[in-house]
Amino acid sequence: MSESRTIRVGALTRVEGEGALHVSLNNNVIDRVELNIYESPRFFEAFLRGRPLEDVPDLTARICGICPVAYQMSSACAIEAALEIEIPTEIHQLRKLLYCGEWIESHCLHMHLLQAPDFFGYSSGLELGKHFPDEIKRGLRLKKIGNQILEVLGGRSVHPVNVCIGGFYRTPALDELQSLIPELEWGLQAAIETTHWISGFNFPDFVCNYDLISISNSSEYPWFGDTMGSSKGESFDVKEYEQVICEYQVPHSTALQAHKIESQTSCLFGPLARINHSRDNFHPNARELADRVNIQWPCNNPFQSILARGLEVVHAFEEALEICRNYQRPSESRIPYQPRAAVGMAATEAPRGTLFHRYEIDDAGLIQHATIIPPTSQNQKQIENDLRDYLPPLLSMEDDQVAQACERLIRSYDPCISCATHFLKLSIERVE
Amino acid sequence: MPEKLRLGIFKFASCDGCQLSLLNAEEELLELAELVEFAHFPEASSRIDSGPYDLVLIEGSISTPEDLDRIQQIRRQTDTLVTIGACATAGGIQALRNGANHDEFMKLVYPHPEYLQSLATSTPISNHVSVDFELRGCPVDTGQLLQIISDKLHHRKFSVPDHSVCRDCKLQNIVCVSVARGIPCLGPLTQAGCGAICPRFHRGCYGCFGPCHQTNTDGLTDWLIKDGHASAELIPLFLNVNAEAPEFARTGAQLKRQDSAEGESDE
Repeated sequence: MSESRTIRVGALTRVEGEGALHVSLNNNVIDRVELNIYESPRFFEAFLRGRPLEDVPDLTARICGICPVAYQMSSACAIEAALEIEIPTEIHQLRKLLYCGEWIESHCLHMHLLQAPDFFGYSSGLELGKHFPDEIKRGLRLKKIGNQILEVLGGRSVHPVNVCIGGFYRTPALDELQSLIPELEWGLQAAIETTHWISGFNFPDFVCNYDLISISNSSEYPWFGDTMGSSKGESFDVKEYEQVICEYQVPHSTALQAHKIESQTSCLFGPLARINHSRDNFHPNARELADRVNIQWPCNNPFQSILARGLEVVHAFEEALEICRNYQRPSESRIPYQPRAAVGMAATEAPRGTLFHRYEIDDAGLIQHATIIPPTSQNQKQIENDLRDYLPPLLSMEDDQVAQACERLIRSYDPCISCATHFLKLSIERVE
Repeated sequence: MPEKLRLGIFKFASCDGCQLSLLNAEEELLELAELVEFAHFPEASSRIDSGPYDLVLIEGSISTPEDLDRIQQIRRQTDTLVTIGACATAGGIQALRNGANHDEFMKLVYPHPEYLQSLATSTPISNHVSVDFELRGCPVDTGQLLQIISDKLHHRKFSVPDHSVCRDCKLQNIVCVSVARGIPCLGPLTQAGCGAICPRFHRGCYGCFGPCHQTNTDGLTDWLIKDGHASAELIPLFLNVNAEAPEFARTGAQLKRQDSAEGESDE
């Protein structure tokens, strides 16, 4: 006689947005592992149709309050590619600075308030702060500096208002950027200390065989770029993105998943992909630290992506300092353009991984078609596969401990299911 | 020490940005934790405590059949309910589906719309339960959010300034983008709270905080049209993150009618 057991565990927490995990076991062998994202569909790709192209950065920013700059950057770059607008170096540098602000803010939030508590068994960053007050205060100040960059360049940290097609509405005055330098100098040293602190955490020994994908540039650590690289040695142009990776829908999740079209295999996007491909392009402090922290390269342990985030924060501070120190206000804040019928696409590196956008525009400059492929939908299948590998040695534990371990692993990818989601429950079904 | 305020934060259809605005109170966050118990704040804590709560903050709009039940359950568990942000207060950007063909929208985005549960409309929380205060903004302002929590802590009446962005702009000595640069700006109609950031960055206000108290919407649209802007150009300005805020929705619909009438008279 077979006996079935279903165990439901409370909401998966400390992720941006909410979803669910369902694990079913048949005679203690894993049958199904399904990451359920109970998304409230918000239909961005539908209501973008017919909107003026100028609206797109502001509208797509609203997909995610944690990484609005990524949405503004991918959408602006895709539309600029369609209209063949060349962005001058000085404006491109300011966009990179804006992105530094977002990486610092988003990574420091995740490192200190979302993931670090797991390594000490606390329920929140605030609780962790009672035991590590200096570290958490330092982390919050680092996060604040990220927000200050966003405020100086974009007016506010959530949904900044300054990015437009062709550049910015207004470039910052010299003294506005120079005013950031003292805090950035403090931040660089603090980020190095934070990364040292994190490198002493006790990481589970769990190494995966990843196909890591990110933008790969020959000379700089990626925020922007036209070439995608894979740890399997392949590379492809961003224009071919949809010929290599496709989204599909599964019945158990309302967020689309993605895989490689040819092999139908999952891939991992985000800090581990970027750092494994491009750490040689780090600025000097981050580069040196990458060799000194306790990490084996290439790193394929998802729990250690928190260290990759720490190193990326160090790099972002160095990048931001270089941009602020060398800044000269450009004569024009944006490049003029004439709308015309065209198709354009672009990918940029959101804190959580590659964010691809594609737009078709008509002669009047109205959006005819939009495709947005966010990092979390691309990572979703990989997260399920990793859970499948991670679970077997844990199955002898009590269900609530298994659930906690799964939550820890899911949290390490920093999934940004907030993009359109609600409720996350974990259930384990055992059929014996 | 007096008992801590039991705070619950709940999310419906939204981007998480308004909850993040609370976490963005970096320096005050640790102080706040001394006065407030985050009893339900899944984005920040894995300790989830059930109600009743003293204060519940709601982010997001009602957009699925399940939301309809969940908001009723939450209302029953709290003394005071405050909505935070444009989604919870006016249906948010996802209310751009309202009035569109919902089935068509589903098919456009999802290969298998039959897997989804979605309502044809995205509506504000106040359409479903009683709301004690609505905090505006896309996103809300961190200072205003902290003030609301402080008001509850000290038994003060909730209140934020309800004058226009236009007035804040003048107080900051910002040159008017409409008058000097001919840029359409919703500043005269939009509630203050953002710090007039768009005019400060040389662009027009696009209404993140929704219509302010006592608007003269027709006065502004008449002036913009006389100034040379086509009705079609003004429609997306009103039908934006606060598209379903009544005053903006009415004006958006009126401009659409004008635009199609202009189109017909051209033919």
